[in-house]
Amino acid sequence: MIDNIPLNAFLVISTLMFFIGIYGFLTRRNLITMLMSIELILNSVNINFVVFNKFLYPNQLHGHFFSLIVIAVAASEAAVAIAIIINIYRNFKSIDVENLDQMKF
Amino acid sequence: MTLNDIMFYLFAGSILTFSLLTVTSRRILRSAVYLLFVLVSTAGIYFMLNYNFLAAVQLTVYAGGIIVLIIFSILLTSHVSEKAVVAPVKQQIFSALAVAAGAVLTILTIFKFAFSPSVSPAVEANVKNVGRALVSYNRDGFALPFEVISILLLAAMVGAIVLAKKEKNPENIEKQTKL
Repeated sequence: MIDNIPLNAFLVISTLMFFIGIYGFLTRRNLITMLMSIELILNSVNINFVVFNKFLYPNQLHGHFFSLIVIAVAASEAAVAIAIIINIYRNFKSIDVENLDQMKF
Repeated sequence: MTLNDIMFYLFAGSILTFSLLTVTSRRILRSAVYLLFVLVSTAGIYFMLNYNFLAAVQLTVYAGGIIVLIIFSILLTSHVSEKAVVAPVKQQIFSALAVAAGAVLTILTIFKFAFSPSVSPAVEANVKNVGRALVSYNRDGFALPFEVISILLLAAMVGAIVLAKKEKNPENIEKQTKL
């Protein structure tokens, strides 16, 4: 199905997606949007694993399983992060990172 | 140009546009929906690579689970019409420059590197092979990571419940800490 598409095309997409995620992480000031940027980063890494598996090592399934595990880690990370965010909102009535300096020394 | 090529460039274009919109949109709920489009297009790319099981997992866990969780927390913590606060323009320009430099460097490295594909016969990633590998402890088996990830999911579930639980009665908590 993917005979004509070179490996590099997939890698360029995942690279651009990764750096867009980093840009969002650097410029956003809201905890939930920062979490969404992290999801973008994790997703781009998943594409890399799957594409390397398909193009370079088609006789194994290691990349496939690694991205399955990354998806599970992303799900648990999102659950814990959202629990923390809701707890922060309950205590400070805001989830902007500018207002969260209570633990600064 | 075959239909497959067109499909691939369609998915690639939508991934790039919607991920840019995710990080630049001022409305938080909209950027969550754009993130959903990015994840669905990624599942489309997995389908094109013939990894059907992985694409199904991507659709159910990411698009069905994580996005719904994020949208719920957005609705709980901010007003729907609320505009997100962004960094000052100077910081935005410098982050964009740093990110562009990183992206150019990585892409140049990708094009310079000579990948050497393996010539061994391909394994089909159908549900039978995937399920066998997940519970097999031989070579090319993934029983240990499977168990570790299940423990991690259990720990994350317990942790999320404990963190988000409301502390109702402060006297009870004092009693518990004394015990």
